[in-house]
Amino acid sequence: MTEQTPVLRLENIVKTFPGVRALDGVSFTVLPGEVHALMGENGAGKSTLMNVLGGIYQPDEGQIIVSEQPAVMTSPLEAKARGIMFIHQELSLAEELSVAENVYLGELPKKRFGLVDWDTLYARTDAILERLKVGFDARTRVGDLSIANQQMVEIARALTVDAKAVIFDEPTASLTDAEKVVLFEVIADLQRDGVGIIYISHRMEEIFKITDRISVLRDGSYRGTLHTRDTDEEAVTQLMIGRKLDLSRSESTHELGDVALEVRGLSCGHLFEDVSFHVRRGEVLGFYGLVGAGRTEIAETLFGLRDPSAGTILLDGQEIRIHSPVDAIERGISLVPEDRKGQGLVLGMNCRDNMTLPQVSDLTAGPFVSDGAEVAIFDQYRDKLDIRTPGWRQLVGNLSGGNQQKIVIGKWLSMHPNVLIVDEPTRGIDVGSKSEIHNLIRELAAQGYAVIVISSEMPEVLRVSDRIVAMYSGRVMRTFTSDDVTEDNLIQAISGLGDGAAA
Amino acid sequence: MKPGTLSTFLKRGAIWGFIALELIFFTVAGEFLSVSDKAFMDVDNMLLLFKQSAPIGIIAMGMTIIMVNGNIDLSVGAIYAFCAVILLDSMTWPIFAGLGDAVIPVSWILALAVGTALGALNGLIVWKTGVDAFIVTLGSMLGYRGLVFMYNGEQPTSHLNWTLVDFAEQQFLGLHTATWFLLIVTAVIWFLMNRTVHGRNAYAIGDNRAAAVNAGIRVGPHMMVNFMIIGFLAALSAVVFYSESGSVNPNDGELYELWVITAVVLGGTKLTGGAGSIISTFGGVLAIQLLRKGLAHIGADTETVNLVIGLILIAVLFLDRQLNLKGKEELKV
Repeated sequence: MTEQTPVLRLENIVKTFPGVRALDGVSFTVLPGEVHALMGENGAGKSTLMNVLGGIYQPDEGQIIVSEQPAVMTSPLEAKARGIMFIHQELSLAEELSVAENVYLGELPKKRFGLVDWDTLYARTDAILERLKVGFDARTRVGDLSIANQQMVEIARALTVDAKAVIFDEPTASLTDAEKVVLFEVIADLQRDGVGIIYISHRMEEIFKITDRISVLRDGSYRGTLHTRDTDEEAVTQLMIGRKLDLSRSESTHELGDVALEVRGLSCGHLFEDVSFHVRRGEVLGFYGLVGAGRTEIAETLFGLRDPSAGTILLDGQEIRIHSPVDAIERGISLVPEDRKGQGLVLGMNCRDNMTLPQVSDLTAGPFVSDGAEVAIFDQYRDKLDIRTPGWRQLVGNLSGGNQQKIVIGKWLSMHPNVLIVDEPTRGIDVGSKSEIHNLIRELAAQGYAVIVISSEMPEVLRVSDRIVAMYSGRVMRTFTSDDVTEDNLIQAISGLGDGAAA
Repeated sequence: MKPGTLSTFLKRGAIWGFIALELIFFTVAGEFLSVSDKAFMDVDNMLLLFKQSAPIGIIAMGMTIIMVNGNIDLSVGAIYAFCAVILLDSMTWPIFAGLGDAVIPVSWILALAVGTALGALNGLIVWKTGVDAFIVTLGSMLGYRGLVFMYNGEQPTSHLNWTLVDFAEQQFLGLHTATWFLLIVTAVIWFLMNRTVHGRNAYAIGDNRAAAVNAGIRVGPHMMVNFMIIGFLAALSAVVFYSESGSVNPNDGELYELWVITAVVLGGTKLTGGAGSIISTFGGVLAIQLLRKGLAHIGADTETVNLVIGLILIAVLFLDRQLNLKGKEELKV
């Protein structure tokens, strides 16, 4: 393989954003017919690198070389024209259009006068779908497909042109195992045709199954490339996080209290069915599963954002009904949502106002909002949670992810909740702040809060939870205690393989 | 039948069901309340209804594209009035004096070109500045209306050309000239939206703009073309109407944008873009005109008509929302 011309070469790519060096001299090479894994923790710079490659950002230094020709990627179209295809993790599909139109989006085959050549379009798309062995045809409306099938539509795009390099960004995040097999076959096909493949994934077993080489990014800098067959998970992890993976949990040293929240047979349409669990005071209950497994929907139901179709919720042993977030907050259930910037914060408001948002109607002096009381609350939780900000006047939009998350957590703590639900607590937060947030969650439990943590990251859920509920397509597969959980049986459970009853 | 087909069918067919309901209601109510002896479902009355639908209807076809594309155009009423002024006034310009009746096509083309240019200006601003189309066209609505007043002050602009009036009042196969224009525009725009790459890209842009950009679709030019189309159609609507009436007040066409948007929304086009159908817009146009005519038929005054249409619009959107909710598990926001 050493004699081959690389299909894609990155040389010393540097990209800075105000205050952050997002990419710091990243170089790596993709050979034809190779599957090259790109690994790194969230925030390590993978997506920035891909955006540079795709022409969405311009690099400050360094160059991109496609087939030994220096290339300036000015737009996604330019990247595509040079034979570089992206399969995005976040679905970029137009739901109202047909599968065929989505697959050939931007490149609909034309007849004269700009008419769409529907026959060609459908025939070509059906041929691609055939290869993917999917159960729908080119005319299906994309909005009617499941998330997994929509992901397959996204993957079908890679097969529309003679690509030189295809970048798969977490393609298996929502796929079932049968679909994964098909995906890996497609990748093997592309490999045989001499296409270079960049494969971004967090899943070690996939990486070791299909890739040839592994490049690792950490905090925006390139950490080296390993040959997959000469290395093992531990070495890769060490390269990724700069230390050995700390699977040891912060064991609970404190006594668990009474059951704070119990859920029996809770269902919400097809989103999740017959879900039962309980969480005690002083305990962290982790929810782990694939995207679309129904974890977030459970949180939203507990917070009154969705109406359950069946089942009961018991708070301190009392059956309750929660119809709206107002109900939930009144009963002491708080939700730190998944989308911090979209749902958790008002980015254009300052730190203090964000923190006191849910209780501002109580903090009044006469008809006016009492500034003093607000500042007092802010100061208290700034100290307690170690929020680093120049002052309460700072707009939260200007804070780092970790500090933003602490503001959201502080907002709910100041309401003195019984149950704190944290959805994806460290999404988009850098490594250092991550462990801080983890410690904070452990600490909150130690202080007697009942905490529910929803996470898609296995190390995180293993680290913070006392018990873990594994979910697969809307159902609880199994509840693990910290003693019987291993990476293997956890993965099996969330892939729908694990036998719920097996020990 | 595939899942979802029934509900899709219901949603697509809803506007036609609504029209049928209106016809039945006004026929029955007309028997008791009508001030005239004629039945509501009289052939002449229905032909007239089509003709009267034309000015709003022609613009509504353009508005459907604009809204599917994820934009909105509030300036159509002003473009309509300005083009009407150009049409009628240009026939009296000295440079065209020697043309005789040949001035008619010249004035038409002039008016249509002005409409297209005004639309292009809207599109260019939306494209190049990235300012929301609502704001841009709110500005141009005021600006273009200002041009109308600058042209002739508060005075109406009048010019009757009898050849033109004869043409406009002609009936071919029983349908009036204006009706033909409406039908042809509907057919052409339907074709554009469903059969051409431009039309399909317009849907894609309105549905998921980021995806369209990523796929290399040039969003700006598409939007500009669509604004040119709606400018052209607003001008065409003016040409069709004022060929017959021969006199334009500077306030003509006011609130047209709102009637047009009402018709498009009644036809089921999403305000957020990405979904909408030309045929359903046609239904929406007919439904509104039926309502106006029907209420007049049973003796309601204009104020009542507006009140009823407003209530129906809100009721329809509420129903649509309820139908589109995915059951009770829907996220409450």
